[in-house]
Amino acid sequence: MPTETSAVPIRVVVAKPGLDGHDRGAKVIARALRDAGVEVIYTGLHQTPRQIVDTAIQEDVDAIGLSVLSGAHMTLFADVLRLLGEEGAEDITVFGGGIIPEADIDALHRMGVAALFTPGTPTHVVTEWVRDSMRVSGRA
Amino acid sequence: MGEVRTSESGLPIEPLYGPQDLESWEPAEKLGEPGAYPYTRGVYRSMYTGRPWTMRQYAGFGTAAESNARYRQLIAHGTTGLSVAFDLPTQMGHDSDAAIAHGEVGKVGVAIDSIEDMRVLFDSIPLDRVSTSMTINAPAALLLLLYQLVAEEQGVGADQLTGTIQNDVLKEYIARGTYIFPPKPSLRLVADIFQYCRAEIPKWNTISISGYHMAEAGASPAQEIAFTLADGIEYVRTAVAAGMDVDDFAPRLSFFFVARTTLLEEVAKFRAARRIWARVMREEFGAVNPKSMMLRFHTQTAGVQLTAQQPEVNLVRVAVQGLAAVLGGTQSLHTNSFDEAIALPTDKSARLALRTQQVLAYETDVTATVDPFAGSYVVEKMTDDVETAAVELMAKIQDLGGAVAAIERGFQKDEIERNAYRIALETDSGERVVVGVNRYQLDEEEPYEPLRVDPAIEAQQAERLARLRARRDQSAVDEALTALQKAAQGADNLLYPMKDALRARATVGEVCNALREIWGTYVPGDTY
Repeated sequence: MPTETSAVPIRVVVAKPGLDGHDRGAKVIARALRDAGVEVIYTGLHQTPRQIVDTAIQEDVDAIGLSVLSGAHMTLFADVLRLLGEEGAEDITVFGGGIIPEADIDALHRMGVAALFTPGTPTHVVTEWVRDSMRVSGRA
Repeated sequence: MGEVRTSESGLPIEPLYGPQDLESWEPAEKLGEPGAYPYTRGVYRSMYTGRPWTMRQYAGFGTAAESNARYRQLIAHGTTGLSVAFDLPTQMGHDSDAAIAHGEVGKVGVAIDSIEDMRVLFDSIPLDRVSTSMTINAPAALLLLLYQLVAEEQGVGADQLTGTIQNDVLKEYIARGTYIFPPKPSLRLVADIFQYCRAEIPKWNTISISGYHMAEAGASPAQEIAFTLADGIEYVRTAVAAGMDVDDFAPRLSFFFVARTTLLEEVAKFRAARRIWARVMREEFGAVNPKSMMLRFHTQTAGVQLTAQQPEVNLVRVAVQGLAAVLGGTQSLHTNSFDEAIALPTDKSARLALRTQQVLAYETDVTATVDPFAGSYVVEKMTDDVETAAVELMAKIQDLGGAVAAIERGFQKDEIERNAYRIALETDSGERVVVGVNRYQLDEEEPYEPLRVDPAIEAQQAERLARLRARRDQSAVDEALTALQKAAQGADNLLYPMKDALRARATVGEVCNALREIWGTYVPGDTY
């Protein structure tokens, strides 16, 4: 096991963008990441993409995990990625989950979303992906 | 003999039950007659032997015109009550052209900004003959008033209107998240609605006190009914404190629960909930009218148990869940479409969901006799066990100072989230079997093309709003909103000035913003 993960913990913002109040998935992932040793900042509900990006930069995180179940994912993921670009914070990885149709997943990947986890994904798949990809990115 | 299993509420389920499990059990005390206190066997004497439950499918998306077409189609297919889904901006009291609404317009329901949209939504639907349920909470008063205004235009009197507004803001703080105002003014608005409906729309169900969303967020059956009934108690206390007699509003209270695939415990849950509520209303609030003691409820099958993997399997899950609701004595039922975990239902999947109910109602024999499980060793024992567990949780909430005080401490939300995490870990480990997800998977899922909402709707709604604002008498709108703000600072019933504002074509967002200026908004202390 690499020792650097315990020395500098991975930091992740888990966020609920838009007006969607379904936070079961976001909360389960936040708990699972915490139990896997990741430092999690949970934003609470009803966050604008601007608020999420500001939080991510202030908290100096490695990644943003967005949870969207309202069907507004194409707009909200795009806005977060655009604002990260405008702030020169492209090094922050964006991933997410929710009710996202297969065809949109491809489009979101092309847009720059690193990974998407849809219903039925075991929590360890998400936590392992976060640990592995953050390690590759050199932050952790 | 197998092992003792643990139920969803964490209660034991023995491999075998017999007479010894009901030794001290008195049917006269625990059951009574159907349609009589304590209503364990159902709120009506004949239940489905007279007529089946109301088949009420939650639907709505995109523009008012598209949703109107879907409703007319559902009515043509035999649905017996409408159930309106609003989009998130409407539910949160924002107009379609508000910045925060960007990307959400028309997505999870229909966008209603003003009387003009509401008129289109119910075009050619006779409001004196359909009953309409509206899933609307923080702005519930506004949508009810818009409905009343459209009915007036159709020449239908308010005394002929039947339906339900969800209007249950307490569960929004606990689970669903579409709250606007802090608890105190929100509860005042609820009491104003009770009062207004008693005077103006007497046949309307003024609230649907909901455990469904708590269950979807992770609540166990015992938590679901305990937290919901505790919310109900808080609403009754609020209305009584506002000077109403309990029997003047309690007959119009209704409830909303989930039906899971764990059929036996669900049947027990519904029966236990009826018994607890009857006792609370009679013993604690001194209700005299039997209607005040009857827990009437709507059920929706558990969306969270449906899978995106092999989605057709969900048809089977929904049939079992729907059966649980029927055996539990529901008054109305929404069966989910099998594609729920993927997207909004298509025409075909929505029709199949309704057909599932029609099979239960007309092809099975479960409607032939009232409360078929009565006297079953296991179901009576589980009814007692779920009741005991729920009553203990309700006592905890009481010790914390009631539902609102418990919400402010995050008690219910924390309990629910811990249960959700436990379920996720059990599913991960395979201890909890989910067919198609952690057992009997396919190597390759078949592609599925879901329904899509046209993103152009947002621009169309914005144009409609611009036209509305250009054409209306702005000074009349401003005056009405000022009058509403004044009322919000005092104690008069808010629905009358609200109705004036909506008639003057103020928008849902404008009215909510006017109240936000007076009341502020709710900000939870949210952790995980």
